[in-house]
Amino acid sequence: MAVSKSKDAALDGSAGASLGASLGLSDADLLAMYRMVALARALDERMWILNRAGRIPFVISGQGHEGAQVGIAWAFEKGHDWIAPFYRSIATCMTFGMSARDIMTAQYATAGDPSSGGRQMPGHYGSHVNNLVSVSSPVATQLLHAVGIALAAKIRKTGQVAMASMGEGSSNQGDVHEGLNFAAIHKLPFIFVVENNGYAISVPAAMEVSVEDVADRASGYGMPGVVVDGSDVLACYAAARDAVARARAGDGPTLIEAKVTRLTGHSSDDQQTKYRSAEDLATGLGHDALPRFREQLRGAGVLTDVVEAALAEELKAIVEDATDYAEAEPDPDPATAMRYVYAEAAEPGGGLD
Amino acid sequence: MAVWTFIEAIRETLAEEMRRDPSIIVLGEDVGKKGGVFLATDGLWAEFGDERVIDTPLTESMIVGTAIGAAVNGLRPVAEIQFADFIFPAFNQIVSEAARMRYRSNNGYSVPMTIRAPYGGGVHGALYHSQSVEAFFTHVPGLKVVVPSTPYDARGLLRASIRDEDPVLFFEHKKMYRSVRGEVPDTDYVIPLGTAAITRPGSQVTVIAYGLMAHYALEAADRVAEDGISVEVVDLRTLRPLDRDTVLESVKKTGKCLIVYEDNKFGGYGAEVAAIVAEEAFDYLDGPVTRVAGPEVPGVPYNHVLEEWFMVNPEKIADGIRALAAY
Repeated sequence: MAVSKSKDAALDGSAGASLGASLGLSDADLLAMYRMVALARALDERMWILNRAGRIPFVISGQGHEGAQVGIAWAFEKGHDWIAPFYRSIATCMTFGMSARDIMTAQYATAGDPSSGGRQMPGHYGSHVNNLVSVSSPVATQLLHAVGIALAAKIRKTGQVAMASMGEGSSNQGDVHEGLNFAAIHKLPFIFVVENNGYAISVPAAMEVSVEDVADRASGYGMPGVVVDGSDVLACYAAARDAVARARAGDGPTLIEAKVTRLTGHSSDDQQTKYRSAEDLATGLGHDALPRFREQLRGAGVLTDVVEAALAEELKAIVEDATDYAEAEPDPDPATAMRYVYAEAAEPGGGLD
Repeated sequence: MAVWTFIEAIRETLAEEMRRDPSIIVLGEDVGKKGGVFLATDGLWAEFGDERVIDTPLTESMIVGTAIGAAVNGLRPVAEIQFADFIFPAFNQIVSEAARMRYRSNNGYSVPMTIRAPYGGGVHGALYHSQSVEAFFTHVPGLKVVVPSTPYDARGLLRASIRDEDPVLFFEHKKMYRSVRGEVPDTDYVIPLGTAAITRPGSQVTVIAYGLMAHYALEAADRVAEDGISVEVVDLRTLRPLDRDTVLESVKKTGKCLIVYEDNKFGGYGAEVAAIVAEEAFDYLDGPVTRVAGPEVPGVPYNHVLEEWFMVNPEKIADGIRALAAY
């Protein structure tokens, strides 16, 4: 199967007020999408400030990925479909229902952190009420979980679609091969999203992937592979919408590779200037979805000075609230640390050892 | 009362559970039309069809990882790993994912999944069709590990495992599949995980074993009875959670403890049992806690003479009992 390359989705701002019309997106939808990209960014930037101020020990960032994450997650049905995200999926998780407070309590690892109650490192999000599978640290394991969720959806006839996302570095893991093969054999309602930011911590893509596009690998599994410009939010949405439609129609899985950029180090413990040139970093900055989407929406008249000013105020308030909330949240009680190793109900064998 | 072989108990129980609960699926290599290489799933595909009995590619990590996802989304998978020796590609999914899902999500998610796998030597399986892998998994909080030794126990424990809300590893000694028979009542009994059984009462030495070794321990007890040694045999049945009370009560009564396992001795499951007995029953001991276990080689060798050399057998256990009784 051919790899389609929709790098120029012809969706740039010239279409005026009908910018989202061909995609079935109203101006209100576009504004909501932009708000989500900007909110994820604002929250992420705050996390770094808190880290450098010594308030939180560790940050792993989604900066540079947000446009693709929002565009893609927007195509799924919140509360019905499933996503198995990864550690950069802040915008994905927020689009799927997690709040700024949810994300910020994870940074502080508080008792009320809905991802893990303070048990996991920041970045390991999850929310059973939002069908977001709990993230672990071994990379790519979540692909198989999403494939299994899709298998259950098919067997139970729920009409759900499951997506797993990860970076191009993680996409080399054996679990990816095993899972894509199985998903394609059974035409499961599954979508594999590769957020290719060009680096696996310090190793550039040329040293970790033998082909230019990870999407080329899809043909080996008998599924479509789509390359999309991750700085083009609406192109990402369009690619995901098509893939979701295929999956829901029973036509099987799709691989979507979004070419994104990593605007920060791998984590707060990484100094990327050690292995990336100034030129490379500047190129990356030019591939940021946030300013691009902003210009697009301004050109379409969706974003105006008045709207932007109000949005800036709103986002600032949300970030302040989330920070204050998480700062005030208590740490988990060590007396609870033995809980939930096993089920606590009285089913057979449910006792703790 | 019906008399079944060990594998009949597993097969019939799987079928019954699948009839009872439509959310149960079976997946693994050759589990469909062929019915599994040992025929543990024979007939399931004909009765329940492609969607509930799934022949997978040769991908153990996928079998387990997909079962985890299916469990998260409302199914109750029973995954088969064709031989326990081949479970290691799935180790990450079992240990990093299934075992930790509930804990790491603070009870948000659970993984009600059973992984069945034939284990053990004595059938000319050599290094890669003979291993006892239980110790790798009994180490891990979040997992449950079950090793039945009789058709009756296999039935009651498999029901408990499938109905459990957490991941269970269910290891079946392949030498017992057709060599062990036993009475199985036609009732919906469940053996709670974490309950050992005293399969032979005695007064002088406690022998603790599981799986095939639970049978060999009984044979050894018969042999040493001729020497006037009274042995109590404890069949653990579940390794995690361990029934500490039954173990400790028995050892406190007899004052002597021998632990038998087929795996190589160093770092094996019996080491943990020995440590618990030493820590919690020290004042009652009249001799050292001892073990009869496999030799320190990295697998069971193939040639029948070498395999016999490797395997723990009733005579080796009897020797261990005599030595301990004489202490």
